[in-house]
Amino acid sequence: MKQSIFTVKENTRLTDTVLRMVLAGDTSAITATGQFVNVLLEGKYLRRPISVCDWAEGELTLIYKVVGGGTEQMSKMQAGEELDILSGLGNGYNTAKCGERPLLIGGGVGVPPLYALCKKLIAEGKDPHVILGFNTAQEVFLKQDFEALGVKVTVATADGSMGVKGFVTDAMKELDYDYFFTCGPEPMFKAIEKIAKTSGQYSFEERMGCGFGACMGCSCKTKYGNKRICKEGPVMEREEIIW
Amino acid sequence: MVNTKVTLCGTELKNPIIPASGTYGFGYEFADIYDINVLGSLSFKGTTLEPRFGNPTPRIAECAEGMLNAVGLQNPGVDKVIAEELPKLKACFEGPIMANVSGFSLDQYRETVRRLDAEKQIAWFEINVSCPNVHGGGMSFGTDPKAAASVTAEVRKVTDKPIIMKLTPNVTDIVSIAKACEEAGADGISMINTLLGMVIDLKTKKPVLANKMGGFSGPAIKPVAVRMIYQVYEAVKIPIVGMGGVSNAEDVIELMLAGATAVQVGAANLREPFACKRIIEDLPKAMKKYGITNLQDIIGGAH
Ligand SMILES: Cc1cc2nc3c(=O)[nH]c(=O)nc-3n(C[C@H](O)[C@H](O)[C@H](O)COP(=O)(O)OP(=O)(O)OC[C@H]3O[C@@H](n4cnc5c(N)ncnc54)[C@H](O)[C@@H]3O)c2cc1C
Ligand SMILES: Cc1cc2nc3c(=O)[nH]c(=O)nc-3n(C[C@H](O)[C@H](O)[C@H](O)COP(=O)(O)O)c2cc1C
Ligand code: FES
Repeated sequence: MKQSIFTVKENTRLTDTVLRMVLAGDTSAITATGQFVNVLLEGKYLRRPISVCDWAEGELTLIYKVVGGGTEQMSKMQAGEELDILSGLGNGYNTAKCGERPLLIGGGVGVPPLYALCKKLIAEGKDPHVILGFNTAQEVFLKQDFEALGVKVTVATADGSMGVKGFVTDAMKELDYDYFFTCGPEPMFKAIEKIAKTSGQYSFEERMGCGFGACMGCSCKTKYGNKRICKEGPVMEREEIIW
Repeated sequence: MVNTKVTLCGTELKNPIIPASGTYGFGYEFADIYDINVLGSLSFKGTTLEPRFGNPTPRIAECAEGMLNAVGLQNPGVDKVIAEELPKLKACFEGPIMANVSGFSLDQYRETVRRLDAEKQIAWFEINVSCPNVHGGGMSFGTDPKAAASVTAEVRKVTDKPIIMKLTPNVTDIVSIAKACEEAGADGISMINTLLGMVIDLKTKKPVLANKMGGFSGPAIKPVAVRMIYQVYEAVKIPIVGMGGVSNAEDVIELMLAGATAVQVGAANLREPFACKRIIEDLPKAMKKYGITNLQDIIGGAH
C-alpha cells in the first residue's frame, strides 16, 4: 500500500453517468489486476474505493459511476487538480488459476477492472472472451476498448437495445470456456453462480472504513475462514464463497 | 527543545499518542507503511474470551466529519490473539502495549485478562465496558456505576498491572461511573468510546448499517469528548486516557488541557493511515506555537 498524491490528467464522460479519470502519479504499489485504490475527497470523511481499470508506470486509469456526493465531486474535477489516493489495495485476480479460454463477465461499473485483467491474460497467451452487461445501449462503455485488444466481445442489454437481449447469463449459455472472472452487482453473481460450468473468481464490494485491513468493517465468512473484502479480497474463488 | 514525554500509571511514554482500539488492528498493517515505534503505545483490537465474527455487513456508514461503525467486536479470541496476533505485533513494536479487553460477563472479563496478564509487553489493561454494538453485553456494564465497578473489581483479582476502565459516553452522568470505577480499584479512566448513532439512506429509506445503530466517532464528536474529560478530571484523582475526534496535534493539546494524560487517535487512522505519525511529528511544532515546553505540565491546564 502507498499513500500518494495523483494529478488529474483527464476526466471524460463515457456515458451520462460514467466517467473515465486518468491520473498521473506513483503506481508502484499496484501489483495485480482487480486491485483497487481508495480516494480521499474534500469534505468526505471516508475514502471512496474504486477499482484499478488500468495502470502503467506513472499513470492510473479509473472508471466510475456518479451515484452520490463523492463520485459527483470527482466528476467535476479538472485536469491539473490533485487527489490523495491509497493505492495497491486488495488481492486482485489470480490468473495463474485459469485455463486457455477464460470468460470475463462484467456488469455495469463492474466492467472496469476486467480491462487490465484482459490485457494481462492476452499477454499470458490466453484467449479471453468478454461479456459486458448493461441495462441499455446508452449505458454501454469500454466496448471499443476491449475490441481494440483483439478479443471477442459480447454485449448483453436488458432491454435488447444492443447485442444479446437479456442478462450476461443469457450471453454465457452457448459459450465454451474453461474458467471465468467476474465483477458486478451481486444479483448478477447469483445468476452466474447458478449456470457457470467451471471454476472462477468473483470480485466483491462492501462498505469500507479503511480499505487496508485495519477496521474489520468489511468482513465476510468464507469456506476458507473469515476474510476482509479489502485485504484478502475483493476477489474470491468460487469454491470458497458462502452465498 | 520541547518535552513530549508523559507518564501513565507509572509507565513512561515518549509521547502521549496511542492509536485507539479497533482502528489499528494489531499494528502490523501500519508497520508495512511506517515504523510504528514512533508511537507512545498502541491499544490493540478489542479482545474477548471466545472468537467473534461480529455483526452482519454493512458495518460502516459515513456522516459529516465522522463515521459510524457496527463491527461488533470481531476478533479471533484471546488464545489466538496470544498465539498469533501478539507475536506479529511484538515483531514490529517494542514499546508498551495497552491490552483492550471486552466481555459479556464478569467471568469472561476476568478470564481474558488472566490469560493476557503474562504478556510482559502489556503495560496496561484497557477494559471496554462501553462498546455500544453488542446486545446485552458492553452497554449494560458501562451504563451503571455498580456494574462498571464490579467489572473493575473482578479484573483486579487477576492482575497487578494498571487497569484503565474505558467508559461509554452514552450515559447521563459519566462522572458517577468514573468515580465508581476509581473506588473499585481502577488505576485510570479511558474515554470516550463511540456515541450511539444512526444514518438512514434516503434511496433505500432504511438505516445504512445492518445493525441499524452504530458507534459514532471522528472529528464531529470531539467537543463531547473534551466536555466529558473535563468533567471527569474534576471528579477523580486517577489519570485519564482521552480520545474522541482527534486528528491533529492541536486536538491532542486540547484533550490534555481538559485533563487527559495520554491521547488516543481512532477513526483518523482509517481515513489517513499516517495520521498518528503525522500528529507525533507535528506535536513539537504545535507545542512551540502555544508556548508549551513540557507536555506533562499542561494536563488539566484548562481547569
Ligand atoms: C472494491 C471496490 C471497488 C469498486 N470499484 C468501483 C469502480 O471501479 N467504479 C465505480 O463506479 N464504483 C466502484 N465501487 C463503488 C464505489 O466505491 C461507490 O460507488 C462510491 O464509494 C460511492 O461514493 P459516493 O460518495 O458517490 O456515494 P454515497 O452513496 O454518497 O456514499 C456514501 C458512503 O457509502 C459508500 N458506498 C456507497 N456505495 C458503495 C459501494 N457500492 N461500495 C462500497 N461503498 C459504497 C461510500 O464509499 C461512502 O462511504 C467500488 C467499490 C468497492 C468496494
Ligand atoms: C471501526 C472501529 C472499531 C472500534 N473498535 C473498538 C474496540 O474493539 N474496542 C474499544 O474499546 N473501542 C473501539 N472503538 C472505539 C475507539 O477506540 C474510540 O474510542 C472511538 O472511536 C473514539 O475515538 P475517535 O473519534 O478518534 O475515533 C472502535 C472505533 C472504530 C471507529
Ligand atoms: S475496510 Fe477496514 S478492514 Fe476492510
